[in-house]
Amino acid sequence: MAVLLLAEVNNGELALDATAKAVTAARAMGDVTVLAAGASAAAAGEAAAKIDGVAKVLVAEDASLGHRMAEPTAALIVSLAGDYSHIVAPATTDAKNVMPRVAALLDVMVISDASGVVDADTFERPIYAGNAVQTVKSLDTTKVITFRTSTFDAAGEGGSAAVETVSAAADPGLSSWVEDKVAASDRPELTSAGVVVSGGRGVGSEEDFALIEKLADKLGAAVGASRAAVDSGYAPNDWQVGQTGKVVAPELYVAVGISGAIQHLAGMKDSKIIVAINKDEEAPIFQVADFGLVADLFEAVPALTDAL
Amino acid sequence: MKVLVPVKRVIDYNVKVRVKADGSGVDLANVKMSVNPFDEIAVEEAIRLKEAGKADEIVVVSIGVKQAQETLRTALAMGADRAILVNAADDVHTDIEPLAVAKILAKVIEEEDPGLVLAGKQAIDNDMNATGQMLSALLGWSQGTFASELDIDGDKAVVTREVDGGLQTIKVNLPAVVTVDLRLNEPRYASLPNIMKAKKKPLDEKTAADYGVDTSPRLEVVKTTEPATRAAGIIVGSVDELVSKLKEAGAV
Ligand SMILES: Cc1cc2nc3c(=O)[nH]c(=O)nc-3n(C[C@H](O)[C@H](O)[C@H](O)COP(=O)(O)OP(=O)(O)OC[C@H]3O[C@@H](n4cnc5c(N)ncnc54)[C@H](O)[C@@H]3O)c2cc1C
Repeated sequence: MAVLLLAEVNNGELALDATAKAVTAARAMGDVTVLAAGASAAAAGEAAAKIDGVAKVLVAEDASLGHRMAEPTAALIVSLAGDYSHIVAPATTDAKNVMPRVAALLDVMVISDASGVVDADTFERPIYAGNAVQTVKSLDTTKVITFRTSTFDAAGEGGSAAVETVSAAADPGLSSWVEDKVAASDRPELTSAGVVVSGGRGVGSEEDFALIEKLADKLGAAVGASRAAVDSGYAPNDWQVGQTGKVVAPELYVAVGISGAIQHLAGMKDSKIIVAINKDEEAPIFQVADFGLVADLFEAVPALTDAL
Repeated sequence: MKVLVPVKRVIDYNVKVRVKADGSGVDLANVKMSVNPFDEIAVEEAIRLKEAGKADEIVVVSIGVKQAQETLRTALAMGADRAILVNAADDVHTDIEPLAVAKILAKVIEEEDPGLVLAGKQAIDNDMNATGQMLSALLGWSQGTFASELDIDGDKAVVTREVDGGLQTIKVNLPAVVTVDLRLNEPRYASLPNIMKAKKKPLDEKTAADYGVDTSPRLEVVKTTEPATRAAGIIVGSVDELVSKLKEAGAV
């Protein structure tokens, strides 16, 4: 069986961690061909060729593929689909935008956010905000799947796959890119960080979110947030952890001023060690915490930052 | 411009989900059901477009069991004009897959000819995040997913999307499918007079067969299980104790 894996490429650069985790999931199903698509994607293709377990890399470069617009990217994948039994990607927002479109064009169902591979046709995926896990067997000839990266280890390096170029499909010309608003940060990326410190509504303001950031920087951590903190403007949208935000599973997750709604737990309950700091001893976050501290965060967080 | 909004009846987001002991699924009997929260945001956005003079009619469509009538009435009470219920299942536990839903919606859209489809980005039951993209593909339309801002600008829509890196703004040709994210708006509550009025608004009933769409699943559900549970933790008495526990565990 042959697997086509859409690499995560941002501005010409390979998102190695997400792509390598999807490679681990994909290897279980057959030979993996990675597709690196973008306005420039050659460097990303070269980087993907070094991932252990990658058999071949296809590079597609075209202006229409520059910002991962759904329509031209899906058209490209569909033009290549005939050679593959599985078409997969890490479950990033880019892939979630494109892959259901690919599936519909192929008249097959998509399997979103798969968290486990049982066999080449059968996959596990969380449903109901992770309150249940469904095992589904695909009856379709081509399987289109996005993999939840937090549940797979990244494949190592050491590969030396051959790199070929392929041409873009005709751009349907239905949409155009206007702008990206991406905040540059020196902190680790949220979904691949070993430590995450998240703040919730309890933090109370954008200014006081600095307390969370200071603790994060002391731990070399990424910063996360609850939906309430993002909705209130304390933190940007790309920090949201949860059912509809990012799913993380770091070695250490510190939840500060977060009550622990199921929609938040959906994004962090597979973390190895969970610490909760909350002044309400009844807060549901304590039910999933390994270490709970019932305290006012405005005292506890600075004290913790100093003590570390 | 006519706006079409698909709405799904799902378990209320506050309900604690119970997995059936025999592994056959999630217990939905006698459980509070509501409009999928994302779909509520889509309905609200359609109403705001109408209030701003950019839309003239809002049609809501639900595909599923007959009980989805209530879901449609809620959307009508918020301010939608007309509803279509496509009966596609008898058992409340049957979840029609996004591909089949998209195929039925594509047929409805052939008849209704809307200028814009506003859909929720995902349903909080199957968490599939797929119907809008699939519908857009079947229609050969453009798509703007995970919208936190939407502007109609002549024959185009400007969509700001919540993506992993932050925000992306794109321009899509109309007609388009736009799927909405949490921060697009805060849906209104229906007032009592509007709930009464909604009872008189038109609600057409159809079946999946009327549209000639086969809804048999492509994904066979082998089993549904409880997620792994975490071992109970401890409450520490102080910041110092927390630090020493973290050191013992090798976490810092
Ligand atoms: C469709 C849908 C999708 C959703 N998706 C997500 C998602 O992806 N991610 C997400 O996070 N949420 C999501 N939610 C929202 C979720 O239901 C909760 O509303 C949200 O997680 C609450 O955020 P919070 O814990 O920060 O706020 P709250 O629930 O208000 O909790 C604040 C906590 O801070 C504590 N606190 C206050 N002051 C202090 C202090 N001084 N010191 C210590 N503790 C203090 C309080 O005791 C309380 O426990 C979603 C909801 C819906 C309906």
